[in-house]
Order: sequence, then C-alpha cells, then structure tokens
Amino acid sequence: MLTNTSPPAIAEKDRRWITSRPVRRFVRHRLAITGLVMISLIALLCVVGPWVLPHGMLDIHIRDRFSPPGTETYLLGTDEMGRDLAARLFMAGRVSLMVGIAAMVLSTFLGAVIGLVAGYFGKVIGTVLMRFTDAVLCFPQIFLLLVLAAFLEPNALMITIIIALTSWMEIARIVSAEIRSLRERDFITAARISGASHTWIMFRELLPNTIGPIIVAATLTVARAILIEAYVSFLGYGIQPPLPSWGNMLNNAQQFLDTAPWLAIVPGVAITLAVTSFNFIGDGLRDALDARSDLQ
Amino acid sequence: MSRVLSVENLGIGFRSEGQDFTVVRDVSFSLEAGETLALVGESGSGKSVTSLGVMGLLPPPPQSRTTGRIVLHSGDGDIELLDLPESRMRRLRGDRIAMIFQEPLTSLNPVHTIGDQIVEAIRSHRRVSRAKARARAVELLEQVGIPDPQDRLGTYPHELSGGMRQRIMIAIALALEPDILIADEPTTALDVTVQAQILDLLRRLQKDTGMAMLFITHDFGVVADIADRTIVMYAGQTVEEGRTGTVLSDPLMPYTIGLMNAVPRLETAGLKRGDLKTIEGFVPDPAALPQGCSFHPRCAFMQEGLCDTSPPSIEDAGGGHMVRCKRWRQIGEGRET
Amino acid sequence: MTPDTPLIETTDLKQHFPLRRGLFGGSGLVVRAVDGITTDIARRSVLGLVGESGSGKSTFGRAVMGLETPTSGSLKFDGVDIARAGSEEMKAVRRRMQMVFQDPFSSLNPRMSVANTLSVPLRFHEPGLSRQARRDRAGEMLETVGLPARYIDRFPHEFSGGQRQRIGIARALMVRPDFIMADEVVSALDVSVQAQVLNLFARLQREMQLTMLFITHDLAVVGHVSDRVAVMYLGRIVEIAPTRALFSQPHHPYTEALLSAAPTPATRQRKKRIVLEGDIPSAVNPPSGCPFRTRCPYALDACAEGVPELRQVGPGHRTACIRDDLTLAAAAGN
Repeated sequence: MLTNTSPPAIAEKDRRWITSRPVRRFVRHRLAITGLVMISLIALLCVVGPWVLPHGMLDIHIRDRFSPPGTETYLLGTDEMGRDLAARLFMAGRVSLMVGIAAMVLSTFLGAVIGLVAGYFGKVIGTVLMRFTDAVLCFPQIFLLLVLAAFLEPNALMITIIIALTSWMEIARIVSAEIRSLRERDFITAARISGASHTWIMFRELLPNTIGPIIVAATLTVARAILIEAYVSFLGYGIQPPLPSWGNMLNNAQQFLDTAPWLAIVPGVAITLAVTSFNFIGDGLRDALDARSDLQ
Repeated sequence: MSRVLSVENLGIGFRSEGQDFTVVRDVSFSLEAGETLALVGESGSGKSVTSLGVMGLLPPPPQSRTTGRIVLHSGDGDIELLDLPESRMRRLRGDRIAMIFQEPLTSLNPVHTIGDQIVEAIRSHRRVSRAKARARAVELLEQVGIPDPQDRLGTYPHELSGGMRQRIMIAIALALEPDILIADEPTTALDVTVQAQILDLLRRLQKDTGMAMLFITHDFGVVADIADRTIVMYAGQTVEEGRTGTVLSDPLMPYTIGLMNAVPRLETAGLKRGDLKTIEGFVPDPAALPQGCSFHPRCAFMQEGLCDTSPPSIEDAGGGHMVRCKRWRQIGEGRET
Repeated sequence: MTPDTPLIETTDLKQHFPLRRGLFGGSGLVVRAVDGITTDIARRSVLGLVGESGSGKSTFGRAVMGLETPTSGSLKFDGVDIARAGSEEMKAVRRRMQMVFQDPFSSLNPRMSVANTLSVPLRFHEPGLSRQARRDRAGEMLETVGLPARYIDRFPHEFSGGQRQRIGIARALMVRPDFIMADEVVSALDVSVQAQVLNLFARLQREMQLTMLFITHDLAVVGHVSDRVAVMYLGRIVEIAPTRALFSQPHHPYTEALLSAAPTPATRQRKKRIVLEGDIPSAVNPPSGCPFRTRCPYALDACAEGVPELRQVGPGHRTACIRDDLTLAAAAGN
C-alpha cells in the first residue's frame, strides 16, 4: 500500500526552523540584520554597561560638571550635576527599552484578543468591537496620553499601561482583517465539522495563522512605544527624575543646548538608533514572512 | 503545409536560492501552418514552461537560462527567437505569436472595458485610427460568437461569464492575425459545456485563418478533440510524439499507457468497477532525476541494466510516431499478441 | 429506523441567499442556489452529484452537512430532522457525518502538524482519550490511507497535493462516520494522482461500509465511483438514475449535452458533439418553467409552463423533462 506514496516534498534543510526559508530570507535582508545587531548592542550596553563603568548614575561630581564626551573617565561626558552621562544613558536605556517592550506585550495581547473575537464572531460583536477600535484610533494619541498621564501617577508601570492602552488598535485591526479572511477557509470548516468549540477554533486554529502579521506589528509597536515614552517623559508627564529615561534626559538637556549640546545629542541618538533598529527588524520580518505563502 | 515554428533541443533551467534546476531538456518539435499540436503532461512535465520559452516570457538570466534554437519561419525569412532582444520580441508577441491562458479573469485588466483592451491590443502593433480599431474589435467579437458585439464593447470583464471572457481573450489574441496561437490550458477552468463551445470555436477559427495552434493541456479527452498531433511530456522531456489518433490508441511509451489507463472512461461508467490502474510512484524532483530513463522507477516495463543506465533517446517507430523508450518494440508487440 | 431506510432524505430542500444591496434590507433579489431538491441516499451507497457552475451542487452538499440552515424544506439524517434538532442530537449526528474538501492547499491548517489536525475530531467527539491514544489512532489512520505513520509530526507544506487529500480523508474517517460528503475531492489533482485517490475512496467505502455523496463536475469520475448519479441544473435535479442507466440511456437533454461535451480520449475520430448555445443562466433569475429550456435543443412551448417534476422512466430512474418521445445519445452501450 505504501508504493504509491511519495516522500515529503520539501528538502531536509527546510524542515528545521533555523534554516527554514523565512529565516534565510530574513538573514539576507541587510537592513534587518543591521537593526538586529544594533539593538543587541544597545541592549547589551544598557544591561552590562552600568556594571562596567566606573561611575554610578547617581554619583555627583560637581567639579567635573559639563565635561564634554571623552573627558577623563567620563565616556560620554557629564551633565549639570557632574553625573556620568554614559551611566545615566545606559540606566535610562533599561527603563526605556523595558517600557517599550512591556507596552508592546500588553498592547499586542489586548489587540490580538480583541481582533480575534471581533474577526471570528463578526456581525454584531465584530461590528461593535471594530467601531470601538476605530473610535479610539480617532483620538490624537498624544492628547490621550497627556490626559491619562495628568490623571494618573506618572511612574514606569503607569506609563507602560498608558502606552499599551493607546497602541493596541493597530494590531486589533490587522488581526481582525486576517481572521475575517481566514475563517472562510476549508480547514476552519473542517474544524467546525469536527465539533471544535469556538475557543479552540479561535486560539488553536486561527491565531497561529496570524502570528506573522502580529510579530511584524508588534516589532513596530516597540519602536513606537519607545518613541512615545520618550516624548511623554520629555514633556514631563512620564518617568520622573531622578530615575532617568531617555525622554526626561532630553527634557533636562533643553536648558543647556548651547553650553552642553551633548546632553541632548547623546540621548537623542540613542532613541533614534533604538527606534530605527526596531523598524528595520520589522521590515525584515515583514519581507521574510510575507513572501512565504502560508497556505502553499 | 508550410512549417511555421521549429524548436530544436530546447533546454530551460531556473535558478532558485543559488541552485540550478533544469525543467525542460532536449525538447524538439515543429509546427505546421493550419495544424494543432497538443503538448500533454501533468504538473512538473515542463509543458507550460516550454510555451513560455517560445513566447520569450521567461524571467531574464540569471534566473532562467535557455539553450537550443527556436525558429519562427515566415514569409520574410527565419527569425531566431532566442537571439532576439526584448524590444523585437515584443513586436512579435501578439502580432505573429499570440497566447491565451487558463484564467481569463486574471489575464484581462479589470478596470478597462473589453472594447478598450481589444483596441489597445490592435493599436499597439498597427498604426490605425481608434475608429478603425473599434470596427475591427466589433468584427472580432462577432467572429468569436459574442452576441450584440457593438453593445458589449463597453462592458467590464467582471460582468461577463468565464466562457465569454475566454472568448474575449481569443478575440484579443486573434486581433492581429497571428501565425501561431499558443493556448495554455484555456478550457481547464471552464464548465464542460462551455469547454465544448470554446473548443468548437477554436477549431472553426483555425480553419478560417489557417493559423497553427500549440495547445497545452493535461486532458487527453481535449487532445482527442482538438489536436492533429500530440506530444506527451514527462519530467521536462518529450517522451512520445505522433498523430493524435495513433498516440491515443496505440501508445508505445509506458507513461502514456499508464496515463491512459488511469483515466476513468465514460464508456465503462457504472459497470462493475475494479480499481483504476494507477502509475506507481511519483514525479521526480528536477534536482534529483533518476539515472537513465527518468520514468524507469515507475515503469511496468522496466528492464534492469537497460532502462536504469543510460537515458533513452527519441526513436522512430514508423509513420511519424516517435518514442523515447528503449523497449518500444516489445511494448508494441505485446499489444498485438 | 430500520436499516433499510435511507440514511439521508431531503424533501423539497431550498437554499436561497439574499443579494444584499445597501445597508438595510435587500433589493428583493435572491440567489436560488438550491431550488427544491427531493432525494435520498441509501445506506452504504454512493450518490454521485454532477453539475456545472451555478448548479447548486456544492450548496446542496453544504446543506446536507448542516453547514447552512435551509431556507425551506426538510433534511433528515437517519430520521433526525437536522434543521430542527436540538444541540445534543446534532452533536450525535455530527459525529456520523464528515466531509472531504476540494482544495488540498486550504483544507489543512498550515500551522498544525498532521497529528494535531487528525486529533481534533477525537478531542471533541471522544474526549476521554489520552494524548498518546490520539496519536496512535492518527498514525493508524495515516497507514489506512496509504501514508507512513511516522509522518504524523510533519506539516502540510511538506506534502504533495495528493498526499494532503489523503490526510483530509484520514481526518474525515477519524471518528468512524457513517456518511462522507466528498466535494470535488479530485478536481485539483493530476490524472495519475487522481486515480490513486479514487481507488482509495473506493476501497475505504467498501471496507468501512460508508454512505457517500460524491460531488463533482467530471462525468467520467462520477461514473466510476457512484452507484447512482443525479444531474443538477440551476438548483434542481433534472435526472437521477443508477449509474449505468444514466450513461447508457439518458432521458434528459441536459444529461445528453453533458455526456456529449465530456472529453473522451477513446475514439479515433472526433466525437460529434452537441454544443449548447449560450451561457448558463444566472441563479438569481432562472427561466420560467423548465430551467433548461433556454438552451435546450428540444424545447417546446409547453416547457415554459411550470417547472417539470421528476417522473419515473425506469427502475430508480427519474427525469424532469416533459418530453417522453426523445431518443437521446448515450455515452456508453447497453
């Protein structure tokens, strides 16, 4: 009976995840790899840096204040209180990156569930949920953020939650659209005929097929979250000093722009690099996952 | 009958992720004016790629490589198609060689009326006024059997049925009176009664215009209906060739025999059915072709030492019937006994 | 229910879909996809359903599976009226009817391994089984359909079209159903693979005593697998007969046209074909009277008056043509 069968249609090397086609495609995308390398370096510096550097971020050296980068032991110079800018930058990086990633996780979870339910059930539930999503999208995000921030105590957790609450909509729309098109496919009908429950179909059949677009959207959400944290903190409503974040370092640097420009340039460059890295990675992921036809 | 196309030792390869695959090897055939030649095969046989090669529609090197010769014979001399630059090939396409595809919905532009599309096809090759082109379009629609052609010029593709759209495709293809029409599975996506209409139409048009037709299909029934001569393809090679009646009733290549046995027949419908005789095994991967004859691992007539060592070449079995099999004589005799 | 009653019975089944224009309410137009089907499928037999696009055969199949609520008419599975059944009854019925799909590329979840895909019916219809037990059953079923059991951890994209169809068949058989609905299951396959899958279907049907509704547009295929064949046109059955009788003595002009149009490699000379005029009319606005009269070479004025009902013309053989004076061309000898 086995004589009429053929061997698996794909090469051995395509079976293992690490050498599979999407991974190979991603690796060939130069910008994406650049982004990956950059963000890895940044993350590494932020985690390890403060241990390695001679000065702590809170150590004040009044006599060395306003030293430009490269002076003595101050890699990136010092601020108005003589604190090592590098140490502050890396510690701030931890905060900014963590807020960014945490906000991404939260908003992705929220958006995915809402999109999933809306797309799967359609009709009344779907319409209500998606119109609600559209309504929230209509609000200018900064306005929303500032209003929320004005009412809530500005700490890292709150900021994370607030950013998440204003970033889930994009993912909800993407997921909802994907689900709406997927739910008419034969394999979903087959699951229904097999007696599968709604929960099963939503989370075990449909959701895994939307992972691609979700990952891409999530990566880009990190970039936006970091940026949002930066300007909310810059405006004074985010992370409060003395806890540094890239945003409040920028805020702080405003008054010293002509005397000590590096105080603004350094965190500014850090934000730019981080955000750009995530954008590149997101682009690379989109290309790598997109070209592969899932239902091939 | 004059020859319009000669294909000699055509080879086509593709490059994917750094690897080269040969999908068409050693394909040779000719096409005479007024005749229909069918290229039959399953997926992976290379039949569609061959036709794309003739039309010059393959991706440019290094993604694809083409070897051999394709010669278009015409009143003003022979043209080597493979040597032509794209600009000259574009002039020939549509004008001397036309092509119709399987899915007319994707071959027609959904945002232009069909009238506009026919007119554009005409005017991209001939310098005629819009009015004259429109008149010709109406003529063509009549020829392909579209009722109320004058009114139809303003309709959009999605407003028409599949059969009508295919007729429009044929009208566009025939607009410039090409010498050769290549039809790649034009009726596969159509209902059976519509298919009969389209095949009928193609036969009639061919008789009226004297053009040659290269008809690609996987369906032997369609071949019986429309083709004067038939070529069977397997794993990128031609494996059997001859007059359609001969190939279908006295096939000598085991693959052809296998295919004919595997198709359920209307004539035996409802009789106590045994299993269909299937061809064991699977179509080989172009990157891992078997040693010797590409078909031998699946062949009921395989002889060790003969079929698995060196590849067979095309042999003449008489009367224009060509076979790529070393054992064709025994197969032929076996049938007679 | 005695074992002799048909497993599936439909009475004047209709499935109409509204064409919605604008936000509220319809334009009044409906697509009459299934327009009054009364038929039955005997236990352990195969009913072939053949028709072209717009015939409604796929919609009928989906209605039989309970995937759509019929607009009117009744549908009974082993005596249970599906449209009016309670959820417990439906669950029991569901287990006994399964489906195999047309497109091997979208009928399997690309993100689920074969083992998981095959386990889904077991999870919900036989919840007591352990994970290992499910895997074992999956492996067994793969072997039954001709694939090695060790492939259960592979993913759909690692298989060819024909193999995926086998997996689809395996999935349908996991809960040992009584009834299988096969919707164009070999249409997307190459000729040689099609033969393999058809043989598999025939073997499984015999061994597992399955009742089948086999939907296809391919006459040669339907003639090969079915015990009885029904021909559909614009939502109605126009002829139904035991297979041999349909092919050797068709009584409806549409059947004759289909048989004539179907390509056969058999003859040395080209078949003389009956080529129908025009396109298939739309199911939104079917012709009055007999739906086929606009293309029928034998149409009379009387054909426009009232939709013909199926009438008996032989044992198990019924036709919806009012003319009984026609001798129609057969595709097969007697």
